[in-house]
Amino acid sequence: MGQSDGGTARGIDVRGVSKVFDVGPAAVRALDDVSVHIKENEFFTLLGPSGCGKTTLLRLIAGFESASDGEILLDGSPLTHLPPFRRPVNTVFQSYALFPHMSVAKNIAFGLEMLGKPKGEIEQTVNEMLQLVRMEALRDRATAKISGGQQQRVALARALAPKPKVLLLDEPLSALDLKLRKEMQIELKRLQKNTGITFVFVTHDQEEALTMSDRIAVMNQGKILQIGTPRDIYDRPSDRFVADFIGETNFLEAEVVSAEGGRAQVRLIAGAAIAAALPEGGARAGKVTIVVRPEHARLAEKGARGALPGQLENIVYFGTDTHYQVRLQGGALFTVRMQNTRGNAETFRTNSEVGILIAEDAAQVLRH
Amino acid sequence: MPPRSLDTDVTDRDSSLEQQAVRRSWFLSAPALIVLVFAASGPLLIVLIYSFLKAGPYGGVVWELSGDAWFKVFFQRDIFDETLSLADAHLSIVWRSIQLSFLTTVLALALGFPTAYFIATRPQRSRNLWMFLITIPFWTNLLIRTFAIMEVIRNEGIVNTLLMTLGIIDEPIQMMFTNFAILVGMVYVYLPLMVLPIYASLEKLDFRLVEAGYDLYATRFKVFTRVIIPLVKPGIVAGSILVFIPALGAYVTPRVLGGGKNMMLGNLIELQFGQGRNWPLGAALSMTLLAIVMIALIFYVRGAQREGAGHG
Repeated sequence: MGQSDGGTARGIDVRGVSKVFDVGPAAVRALDDVSVHIKENEFFTLLGPSGCGKTTLLRLIAGFESASDGEILLDGSPLTHLPPFRRPVNTVFQSYALFPHMSVAKNIAFGLEMLGKPKGEIEQTVNEMLQLVRMEALRDRATAKISGGQQQRVALARALAPKPKVLLLDEPLSALDLKLRKEMQIELKRLQKNTGITFVFVTHDQEEALTMSDRIAVMNQGKILQIGTPRDIYDRPSDRFVADFIGETNFLEAEVVSAEGGRAQVRLIAGAAIAAALPEGGARAGKVTIVVRPEHARLAEKGARGALPGQLENIVYFGTDTHYQVRLQGGALFTVRMQNTRGNAETFRTNSEVGILIAEDAAQVLRH
Repeated sequence: MPPRSLDTDVTDRDSSLEQQAVRRSWFLSAPALIVLVFAASGPLLIVLIYSFLKAGPYGGVVWELSGDAWFKVFFQRDIFDETLSLADAHLSIVWRSIQLSFLTTVLALALGFPTAYFIATRPQRSRNLWMFLITIPFWTNLLIRTFAIMEVIRNEGIVNTLLMTLGIIDEPIQMMFTNFAILVGMVYVYLPLMVLPIYASLEKLDFRLVEAGYDLYATRFKVFTRVIIPLVKPGIVAGSILVFIPALGAYVTPRVLGGGKNMMLGNLIELQFGQGRNWPLGAALSMTLLAIVMIALIFYVRGAQREGAGHG
């Protein structure tokens, strides 16, 4: 609205969007002042637990709901007053929502027919799409008579056929079994690269988000907590919820001794002082919480140089790796994950005194 | 025992279990079958036989084989010169019955579909309330409801009084004893029979499919014609059949609202068994009504199937 800077930005611009649902007398704030820029041709994931507002944001972009506040722009022009059938945006629904009264090919052709494309072009595009999702053989099959994975592919082809600028995917893989899900993850990534369409992908599965996305926005309770590349999100969580939701994490209470640039020296309650990365705009002094991923630390002999002392309470064998749970001084439990490589002959016994060596650069201070 | 024969044993037992299940389900339907045979097929057979007998002088039948009744359904002989002509009186009543029933079905569909759609899109709790309201007319006797309509549309009725008080008309509009009155009455009476099956279909409709339609550039109209209508068609077909068939044989509504002039088939049949004292003719007319219903059904179902195939 009068902002010329954002007016030319390609991609999706979500600006201060809120969505309030009236549920009887109570109002539920599904989205709370959310702002995010999704770049053109990006594989962008909205990740969060159920009820965090990720699907609501997707539905706002699609046009099925309208925002209570704020606006959404596509390539610089506002979408606010466009009904869903005028938005160059297509959706792959969680339930697939294939038309049961049409064949596979008819489903894929639907969007093109509605756009009034000439018959020859529709025919050609449908064939291309069938090829793209490898469903040529089942083109005349009724959609009720194909498997879940095949329905998934048809839903994808149907949404891609009109060549939208943005493809919205609402937990499209959640109904598939593990093996098929892995296959489809690779398939989706391939399709996104080949078509160059912006993908906005909604999921609650952190592994799915990490393996597929260019960037991830982690959401909780209607807010975006952190936006970044999978590596950023995993290695440098800035928020307790983000650190906890994605992967396993050790939380340690500490106090900042000194801060310089993006790094600080912190003294742990457990005793030792270590280096840690500071979050942008976070606390630079006083009591803080730091996080360390279990695989970023390793066990050492008691009293090794720079090691946190503790007592080994539990050893859990996982095949590829082993989890060691160590009780630190001060009472916190710290999990160390070590790979079971060959020649890794070190053996630790339960209830023995051990040391924990935290890898340099592994500790991250949380914003709050 | 070799494993193969073990397999065969299992399938044998399965199939015999299945047969038992089939036998059991036949058992369950036996009471209904008995009622159907004695209360529907039996009397129907009697009506068919009566239509080929001679009329008794004071009603009833004379057990003599005759095609007179069937002849009279379609043709009449002039009382003076005995020339043969089509039975205008009968045929015009048949034609009026078909026309009015068809119009009733169309109007009930036009009014019933939006109603059913409205109810199906309400929250779950208020849906039950709405359905309850739809069924309220069934609590009252048909005759009383028909007289109530009469109270609304007769010359001194609510509509005419209101229009005259407002000065819109000077003298009452004659609505009673017209085809219009019959139509109003039949649409009112049969509307719930249209709403209920369409609602049942709409309630099963996955509204995410409607969203998918919008998402794929279909306008509201296109979503309606390409997604909603094809998916709700079973309900529309059922509703239309449920309205058309009883409308064709309607008796009370045309009798009360149509008067003596605007008869429908039901009234004509009653006349033959009553004042007309021509039971065979009444029976033949009844069988004609049955034939019309069956022909209409065959055409309707075929048409619906063909259209369905076109969409698939």
